[in-house]
Amino acid sequence: MLPMLDTPLSRRVFLKGGGALVVTFALAPPAIEAQPSRSITKSVNPDDVGAFLAIDDRGMVTLYSGKVELGTGAVTAITQMCAEELSVPFGRVTTIQGDTALTPNQGPTFASLSIQDGGVQIRRAAATAREALLEQAAGKLGVAKNELAVHDGVITPRHGGNGVPYAELVGDRRLMIKVNPAAPLKDPKEYTIVGKPVPRLDIPAKVFGTFNFVQDVKVPGMLHARMIHPAAVRAKLEGFNDAACRKITGYLRAVRKGDFLAVVASNEWAAISASNTIVARWSAWAGLPDESKLFEYVRNSKVERDVVFQSEGDSAAGLKRGVKTLQATYELAMNTHGSIGPSCAVADYRNGQLTVWTPSQASHLLRAQLAIMLQMKPENVRCIYVEGAGCYGRNGSDDCSSEAALISKEIGRPVRLQWMRQDEHGWDPKGPPALLDYRASLDADGRITGWEADGFIPERPLRRSGVTLLAAVLADLPKFGPPGAPLHNIGLGIPYAIPNNTLTAHWLIDTPLPAAWIRAPGRMQNTFGNESFLDEIADAAGVDPFEIRVRYLKDPRGLEVLERLRRFAKWEQRGSKPRDAGPVARGRGVSYAKYELVRTYVGVVADVSVERATGRVKVDRVSVVHDCGQIINPDGLRNQIEGNVVQTVSRSVVEKLTFSRSAVTSLNWGSYPILTFPNVPEVVIDLIDRPNEVPWGAGEPTTSVIPSAIANAIFDATGARVRSVPFRPATVLAALASVPR
Amino acid sequence: MTIAIKLTVNGKPQVLHTEDPSMPLLYALRDELGLHGLHFGCGLAQCGACTVHYYGEALRCCVMPISAVAGAEVVTLEGLGTPEKPHPLQQAFIDEQAAQCGYCINGMIMQAAAFLATTRRPSEDQVRQALAGNLCKCGTHVRIIRAVMRAAEKMA
Repeated sequence: MLPMLDTPLSRRVFLKGGGALVVTFALAPPAIEAQPSRSITKSVNPDDVGAFLAIDDRGMVTLYSGKVELGTGAVTAITQMCAEELSVPFGRVTTIQGDTALTPNQGPTFASLSIQDGGVQIRRAAATAREALLEQAAGKLGVAKNELAVHDGVITPRHGGNGVPYAELVGDRRLMIKVNPAAPLKDPKEYTIVGKPVPRLDIPAKVFGTFNFVQDVKVPGMLHARMIHPAAVRAKLEGFNDAACRKITGYLRAVRKGDFLAVVASNEWAAISASNTIVARWSAWAGLPDESKLFEYVRNSKVERDVVFQSEGDSAAGLKRGVKTLQATYELAMNTHGSIGPSCAVADYRNGQLTVWTPSQASHLLRAQLAIMLQMKPENVRCIYVEGAGCYGRNGSDDCSSEAALISKEIGRPVRLQWMRQDEHGWDPKGPPALLDYRASLDADGRITGWEADGFIPERPLRRSGVTLLAAVLADLPKFGPPGAPLHNIGLGIPYAIPNNTLTAHWLIDTPLPAAWIRAPGRMQNTFGNESFLDEIADAAGVDPFEIRVRYLKDPRGLEVLERLRRFAKWEQRGSKPRDAGPVARGRGVSYAKYELVRTYVGVVADVSVERATGRVKVDRVSVVHDCGQIINPDGLRNQIEGNVVQTVSRSVVEKLTFSRSAVTSLNWGSYPILTFPNVPEVVIDLIDRPNEVPWGAGEPTTSVIPSAIANAIFDATGARVRSVPFRPATVLAALASVPR
Repeated sequence: MTIAIKLTVNGKPQVLHTEDPSMPLLYALRDELGLHGLHFGCGLAQCGACTVHYYGEALRCCVMPISAVAGAEVVTLEGLGTPEKPHPLQQAFIDEQAAQCGYCINGMIMQAAAFLATTRRPSEDQVRQALAGNLCKCGTHVRIIRAVMRAAEKMA
């Protein structure tokens, strides 16, 4: 049997607690069954400690995290932060994630904020609870609070004597407290859990085949569905014929609403067979740009507004003052998220209540959007997060969830919808193309006198309502939800003290395909431009790439990263050795970022080989120095950095979306290849731990520096500048051909 | 008409039922037997997430018609080892923390297990070649290589 629903509702936490810290719950034996949303009364208000934490009468802790495990290790790390701050053993904490009925809205799990925002919020709640329990213990033991210590959930006087466990303190009462933002935090010197390489909670089940992904959720009476997505992006459904499907045992019906078409069957294979059998007639539509002229399309797109996001001095005058002027344009192709498991969701609509088991990175935002789409009250919609395959941003999960919800509502039965491979590659919202123009001037000493950059990047898709749900588009249902996050962060500036600079974002109205964020959105693109252009300036000024960065960097933590990287990667002055003249040219490039100019510092050196005859680029090794402040889990952090590196090497040298005038044509791994084992670089990492600093994110910063480090290494190897991501052989050969021999 | 296919799965005789002899083995294993260590990734034998052992060899069951496996011996990730008695690869993947989302890990372990069954003390290059057809999008490759090398050492 596959696991039936084992929802978290079995715990005795659901007493009518209102905004309480439910430190105990005295009633009701555990019952393992799904319960309708309305019976749940646990606080989800993030001002309440009880929204995040419950401690039961055995001293077991339940942590309710709005941030979810997307395969990044974040939930293990957040659980560490909770156990540490509460002073309970790690194994005593069970974490429930991303359930709109149970967990507070901590925002989507994105933007490298899970630990930095979500974990720190939970740390504060745990610190508040710990203080409250210490106060209770002080009264009970007759010992001053500052004379007490906590170990493993037991409070004891520092100088000996009887102690009292949390479980006993809690007794049969509830403690109702608000999160105190000023609650004293533990001294990092006392940490025994934070800062340790605690093994990931989810890995054993994943290697023994017992882990429950969303693809494994089963609900009693559940049917199976598959989507028939349009033949062209905005094609209209003119009609369909499912007569042949009726010969398929298990086939039940088609569901049509506008351009939305799905098939439903009693078993999964019958649904797949029906999706291959049904005949749908779509109108012709060919509104996509010519793929070979994608960047002309981007340049000529209508600009919604211009925003100057950084300006120092007078860049126009500065550009005129130099004796040497450089300009360059950089471009980055579209990417798919490319989740290895296609999106899947189970939806159950009955009696005016909707429950969706979803791999969405944003269960609360999804709930709001589903409520609008289906004209329901948000309190009648419950989204329960269940892990899917890695998403790296807003992939197809929310769209698939919206489609499952609509099908379930139409048929009045619980339904499991899984996308096929072509649905995921074809219909996940894409990382949009980006185009960046740079100009700079140097004086006779090679000093920068002015720097201007213009970025052409779409913004509009997310301004009103997150990424519009696909079901709402296809079935023409209400779409406008609460404001979503910006697609591309505007903090795109340069981390250097370069005089006379102006950086302007030209926010575009249109994207070729529906767009969403993919790992380090905007930051990867802008860092590619910034750090490639700085490398071009270094060459024009006759300065080593490390030297030019050190020259313009004023931030001590940034300088430490660069100096450590210089030693760690055993960097030698550029030009200290002649270029390889043989068939394979080897070189190395450096890139640096302070993420969004306000957090995690990262520097990398990429070592590459370029086959001159074929233009084939292989990234051999990537050396990383990383400072994200206080490290919660050093092994989890390394895992994330390695993932950032390998995935972005794939995006930099391999991945490229292809499309006709009508639709995406890179619909599987044959037409959208990714990096494979033989070409995966060695990754070496030097972590800078700063236990007394705040913890910052690590899910994206390293991604931002990879394309530029590779491009700079290709230049070092060959003298050729590649300014268009991905650096596929044709791009590299063209760049090689332009190098004077 | 329902047809019944007899085969051995993880050492136990099983009878699988289908109306359609062309149905891939994947759906019988996941939906009828509830073995969900193997995953649907592409349905095209491109990614390896669905890999099982078929007479000891790695097989992508998303494209294997069920009618073709009558009488066969099939082992899935669940049959390879258990928490009490882990296969050296399963232990090595835990020791190296070699997973991010973990959706591809079934294929990594099953492909590597079939490879290590016939190759003792492989070089890192051989491991990379052996897994060249298995896709991971999280970028866990460097850990997966380390885990396979670690298991290979144990098994040598």
